Amino acid sequence: MSSTTFGAHAHEAGHAHEHGHSAGFLRTYVFSLDHKVIGIQFLFSTLLWFVVGGLLALAVRWQLAWPWTSMPFVGPRLFAGEGGQISPEFYTMLFTMHASVMIFFVIIPILAGAFGNFLIPLMIGADDMAFPTLNMLSYWFMWPAFACMIMSFFVPGGAGASGWTAYPPLSAVESAAPGSMNGQTLWLLGLIFVGISSMMGSVNYMTTIIQMRAPGMTMFRLPMTIWGMFITAVLQAFALPVLTAALFMQVLDRVLGTGFFIPEGLVVNNVSAGAGGGQPLLWQHLFWFYSHPAVYIMILPAMGMVSDIISCFARKPLFGYKPMVYSISGIAGLGFIVWGHHMFMSGMNPALGMTFMVSTMMIALPSAVKTFNWLGTIWGGKIQFTTPMLFALSFVSMFIIGGLSGIFMAATPVDIFIHDTYFIVAHIHYVLFGGTAFGVFGGIYFWFPKMFGRMMNEFWGKVHFALSFIFFNGTFYAMHILGAGGFPRRLADPYHYDTFNHLQGMNQFITICALGMGAAQIIFAVNFVYSLFLGPKCGRNPWHANSLEWFAPSPPGHGNFDVQPVVYRGPYEYGSPEVDIDYYPQTQPPPEGSGGAVAVGHH
Amino acid sequence: MGKLWSLLFLLVPVLGVGLFLWAPSNGYWLPRDISKHGWQIDHLFNFILVLTGLVFVATEGLLFWFLWRYDAKTSSTPVKYTHGSHNLEVIWTILPAATLLFIAIYQMNAWADVKMRKPKDMPPTVEVTARQFEWRLRYPGPDGKLGTIDDVHHVNDLHIPVDEEVLVELKSMDVLHDFFLPNLRIKQDAVPGMTIPVWFRATDVGTYDLVCAELCGWGHYKMKGRLTIESRAQFDQWLAKMGEAEQATQEPAEEESEDSE
Repeated sequence: MSSTTFGAHAHEAGHAHEHGHSAGFLRTYVFSLDHKVIGIQFLFSTLLWFVVGGLLALAVRWQLAWPWTSMPFVGPRLFAGEGGQISPEFYTMLFTMHASVMIFFVIIPILAGAFGNFLIPLMIGADDMAFPTLNMLSYWFMWPAFACMIMSFFVPGGAGASGWTAYPPLSAVESAAPGSMNGQTLWLLGLIFVGISSMMGSVNYMTTIIQMRAPGMTMFRLPMTIWGMFITAVLQAFALPVLTAALFMQVLDRVLGTGFFIPEGLVVNNVSAGAGGGQPLLWQHLFWFYSHPAVYIMILPAMGMVSDIISCFARKPLFGYKPMVYSISGIAGLGFIVWGHHMFMSGMNPALGMTFMVSTMMIALPSAVKTFNWLGTIWGGKIQFTTPMLFALSFVSMFIIGGLSGIFMAATPVDIFIHDTYFIVAHIHYVLFGGTAFGVFGGIYFWFPKMFGRMMNEFWGKVHFALSFIFFNGTFYAMHILGAGGFPRRLADPYHYDTFNHLQGMNQFITICALGMGAAQIIFAVNFVYSLFLGPKCGRNPWHANSLEWFAPSPPGHGNFDVQPVVYRGPYEYGSPEVDIDYYPQTQPPPEGSGGAVAVGHH
Repeated sequence: MGKLWSLLFLLVPVLGVGLFLWAPSNGYWLPRDISKHGWQIDHLFNFILVLTGLVFVATEGLLFWFLWRYDAKTSSTPVKYTHGSHNLEVIWTILPAATLLFIAIYQMNAWADVKMRKPKDMPPTVEVTARQFEWRLRYPGPDGKLGTIDDVHHVNDLHIPVDEEVLVELKSMDVLHDFFLPNLRIKQDAVPGMTIPVWFRATDVGTYDLVCAELCGWGHYKMKGRLTIESRAQFDQWLAKMGEAEQATQEPAEEESEDSE
């Protein structure tokens, strides 16, 4: 983030000149146009929200293990009036905000915002994003969203409490949740701002990846991380407008009484909900038309990062690069015609449910292909068990569980029983925590040297991994069994049902593991902050990796590269017989007269 | 260290399968099924469990074996420099595709039985109207028709006859709810503005839980109903008694429960 390396590439694009030399503190670190600073801003913001979301989850776990008892430390301070116990209203708010924060403020922005911003220009050999100002705006539009979410905790009635899916009429009619007026409206406004931010990001990512690749960097020489980001950007661009429209409609329903989602003659809590004329199912269709592709938005970039990490530490080319690319493209296409599988029990035409079931079964296929290719990649390699590799391997291991458990829900008759039980809670956490979050941890340990020029501590990284991995499985694996018992989600106290009474012991075990998992993250936080200032300095390419970002200095200066990179091959040439060392960077010219040099051309 | 990490990954399939073997015989499993159609759902659950279990053990086992075998510290085999295999890609695309397609077709009949093949020409046994946070029930009186003066009203205490097709008309007054009968393998959202038919046949008598399984507000957790399955004679007797009581008080049950929150 210094401009010292700048002079070496005066031929670089013009916008770098405008703020390269005389940038003050504000322009360099706060309102920066540099994609790396913006990426790191996203990273810090989302990691802070990760803490918030995690604490909300632990509070949920407390209630499920020891309902109506005072939470240590927190209970007496927050709920002195009720003897420290969580009220059912507060519990409803807890799981709503846990999911909302984790999905919209952690996973989506940490993948696209943090890693997308930091890695896209570096990995394609560009000096910055196509639209740096738009890029800066995409970060700063997160702040009104942050403000809305933080404010919502303090308005009367508290934050949103109608689930992260915000199904009307509960979410749209004030009398359905007395006193909820402002919290839910702020929730909706917050999401609209997140959507604007994502939209600006996605336009920028698509343009950058299509237009600004270095000479020789063809689409089929892009690292999988970039493919993941690219497909994600496409999904965002096509799906987000639908969610934004739906969010505005719900805001109008709440504020002006438009009744888009309110049927005629609704009486909620003895109060008439107005003229009506709408349909609650309309919201579900619109919401899931975005939020199902969003599930892929939340995993494809992680799949890409994991592919890169696994190939690097198996010291072996990625197995089946093109099938991998076709798989994620296939997921992107099929991802738009499976949203109805969230609505099998919703009252939607059951015949329509059957067609969604078939498309849902088929979308499992590309995920299976990817998994087999990851296994193919480590087969016959020379595996280095570094911290990023361990997290990437755990992504594969956990994603297998998350993928397979999805087949139960896709099978409509089985879904009759396990819909809205802990089976789905287990499934989504195996995909989004065991999958994406572990992939993100792997990505942080892997690219931290590039981001900050220092290494993170390997020993404590491995301790963090081992504890997270063990406690994660302790927390979420048993939830499959809860789900098989029919244990429903979102109940503040399920134990007064005879059917679920015997499951409290298992829930206490889960909560203890969840607390352990939460505590293990302290190790990560300390390692992260310590390494930021005191970690050993590293060179350009500490992992001996091939892709372009390792060709730049660590950390890269403004404009990224001191020499214009020229790309000669794909990013996975590990163990190539053409060279003596076990890696073959994309920028290294082929030996004279080898004939192996592929034509270097402009895209 | 590589061997230790490999073993950690081996624990996933070992403990994962272990838990699923241990749970059913220790009281942690699907609640007892007392419906005519439920076996199809349980059978599919078990079928998918075995199938995914095999894939789970195979893939996690391979992952472990590759990590164990190709640890850079101990392996002396040179790196297999390969970019993939067309044949393998074809195999592992077609095999899962065929399996998934098979599962998709295999389950269609069960889904159609529970959600699409509504019994014909049958009057509703009971109308269930969900409301924050209770289940309002309305039975046809002696005339066998809903919506007449002799309707019998009741709250939360659902009685149905055993060994007979039961047709429920499911409605909601306010927000979304979900009519979940775990032992009957029945789950259906109640949506305001819609009347959704739900049908099933119970095969055993007893008292079971009626659960609301769709978030309906702060009191969602306490929206608990009770399902009593009894013989035809007992059911008729119960319904007649309820009807008489209602006629005697001249006061529909609806009014009584208005302030039950």
